[in-house]
Amino acid sequence: MQVTSMHFKARAKEKLADAKLQAALRKLQGNFVKGRADRVAELDNFEAIREAGAEIRERALANLDLYLAEFENNATARGAVVHWAETAEQANRIVCELAAQYKARKVVKSKSMVSEECGLNDALAAAGIEVIETDLGEYILQLAHEAPSHIVAPVVHKSRDEVSDLFEQKHGKPRKTGIAELTREAREMLRPHFLGADMGISGANFIIAETGSTLIVTNEGNGRMVTTLPRVHVAITGIEKVVPTLEDVATLLRLLPRHGTGQTITNYVSVTTGIRGAGESEGPEHFHVILMDAGRTRLIGSDLQPMLRCIRCGACMNHCPVYQSIGGHAYGWVYPGPMGSVLTPLYVGLENALDLPNAATLCNQCGVVCPVKIPLPDLIRKVRERQFERGLKPWWERAGLALWGWTARHPALYAIMTAIGARALAWMGGSGKLIHNLPLGGGWTGRRDLPAPQGKTFREMYGRHWRRS
Amino acid sequence: MSARGKILGSIRAAQGKPAEAAAEERERVRAHLAARPANARPAPPRDLRAEFRSRALALSSTLDDIAAMSAAPQAVAAFLTRNALPLTAVCWPELDDLDWAAAGLHVAARTARDGDLVGITGAYCGIAETGTLMLLSTPRAPATVSLVPETHIALLRAGRIVSGMEEAWKLLRSEMPALPRAVNFVSGPSRTADIEQTVTLGAHGPYRVHIVLVGS
Ligand code: SF4
Repeated sequence: MQVTSMHFKARAKEKLADAKLQAALRKLQGNFVKGRADRVAELDNFEAIREAGAEIRERALANLDLYLAEFENNATARGAVVHWAETAEQANRIVCELAAQYKARKVVKSKSMVSEECGLNDALAAAGIEVIETDLGEYILQLAHEAPSHIVAPVVHKSRDEVSDLFEQKHGKPRKTGIAELTREAREMLRPHFLGADMGISGANFIIAETGSTLIVTNEGNGRMVTTLPRVHVAITGIEKVVPTLEDVATLLRLLPRHGTGQTITNYVSVTTGIRGAGESEGPEHFHVILMDAGRTRLIGSDLQPMLRCIRCGACMNHCPVYQSIGGHAYGWVYPGPMGSVLTPLYVGLENALDLPNAATLCNQCGVVCPVKIPLPDLIRKVRERQFERGLKPWWERAGLALWGWTARHPALYAIMTAIGARALAWMGGSGKLIHNLPLGGGWTGRRDLPAPQGKTFREMYGRHWRRS
Repeated sequence: MSARGKILGSIRAAQGKPAEAAAEERERVRAHLAARPANARPAPPRDLRAEFRSRALALSSTLDDIAAMSAAPQAVAAFLTRNALPLTAVCWPELDDLDWAAAGLHVAARTARDGDLVGITGAYCGIAETGTLMLLSTPRAPATVSLVPETHIALLRAGRIVSGMEEAWKLLRSEMPALPRAVNFVSGPSRTADIEQTVTLGAHGPYRVHIVLVGS
């Protein structure tokens, strides 16, 4: 997918002014935030389960190469073919070659964020292959030529009216306005595609080392169709998605749906292992799994490795005050919100996503809710450090910090400067002790007043207190 | 070097490990996979059947109880009639020996096709913690029957309700040599909340799931 993260500020401004988007985002907070809280409260030992979830992911990453090799062995023994892709382009090439090998003309897809990373749909279309997204949200986006704005609820930014208009225009059927009718229309449009597709492409929420299986969680049932009906199934996923055992899967499945959509369990959890068995009259005859790196190994072994624990639940963005205000598109790539602010710069290049790690208040809402205990604010701060080390910060920020650092190392000077500053701000606050308009701080005071300091610095007051006692 | 070699090699290098894994490193991973240590989990429900029932209902499944499998065709016919649904169905070949015709049903034992409106399946087991059905795909239990039709009816032996997913895996390991091609955990009718986060039942799979609990 094309990266537009460099335009973050301009797009964020647009999104803040978009009344429809703002209404949609308020709904998201209500549903997903409350849903998660309710489902988590059901578990009396939730923190212990969360700890176990983090340990499972960390264990898999600590021996990632060996668990991947186990997965490969076990999958191969069941007739699957495992492919390795170092880059997104390689992954695309592998899928296109498979499509050519099996003479696939029509491909149905269930939701896969990894395939969004690759821009797989465009690659297939360029090879003359018809690709149909079948998750309702992704299908709507495909019709509208838009990108997802949330990793779990991809069309959260669109209103029902917009979907009605879109379906009327693209399906050429009488306009529907009810959500149930719109859903049925999509079901009827997509059924023939499921039945007529030569190849199904899915992602994988987890791949299981013990059994060589891939696992997807879905609600709509399209994932089951995609992995059952076509004669070829291709699963594409990141190398970090491996978990050791089925017991580990059981634990992670207590966390993922609760944090994703506020469900105890998703409607379907589908574990697929190998190809159609002897005597079976359905199921794919060919099963290929593509394990993609595309930046992941760069995180391994570094202080950012914990980011690879991520199980893509979306809770961090649902709880993020920045995401809640601007939605996902402003982030400019596949992954928005706090997890995206870490992953995007690392996967697409620090210089292409300079604003993302800085568009965070470090309030730690994300860190508190993450089901696998990823310390997101710490990681965001580390990405900022990398920006600084690589000299990617703007000159005025570097100069400002250098000046501050120099004064901070000269306490007498520091005392004078802060004393002047505190008095100036107190004077500006006037009798109401509120600053309505701060020079250079208009972004802050544009919508609220800044409480003015009382006129003395902490050091002055502390010094006087100390002398008195 | 192959992409595989490069990826696995850079993982090891980044973690400061030698290019080739030592025997004991491999052994540790194998031992973990063989031991499958238990993780923290919620306390198991006391009354499996009652928990299964209330969870399944909460996920918009419906339930019936019957005493013996031989009563299943009658119960299915009654459910379909009650809901003004067609009396023609497909079922798992595994269930072909039930006397469907005697209950006034036209049931074909095969994989499901587009246009089939009612699908009747068994269930490998039920999971009390979430009100979930576990279905295994076999030649005599095709996965499409629980997926393609608009109505899915599942016959579940009450004695096969286990506490959590861990017990379901344990049961499977004790009874089967390996995982079947598809293991599907089904928790109610298919649904979507993609448009305005409004839950709508019946996305691509069934609009309704009816569970017939057999025996005590
Ligand atoms: S970082 Fe944590 S909260 Fe965010 S999507 Fe990943 S697992 Fe979920």
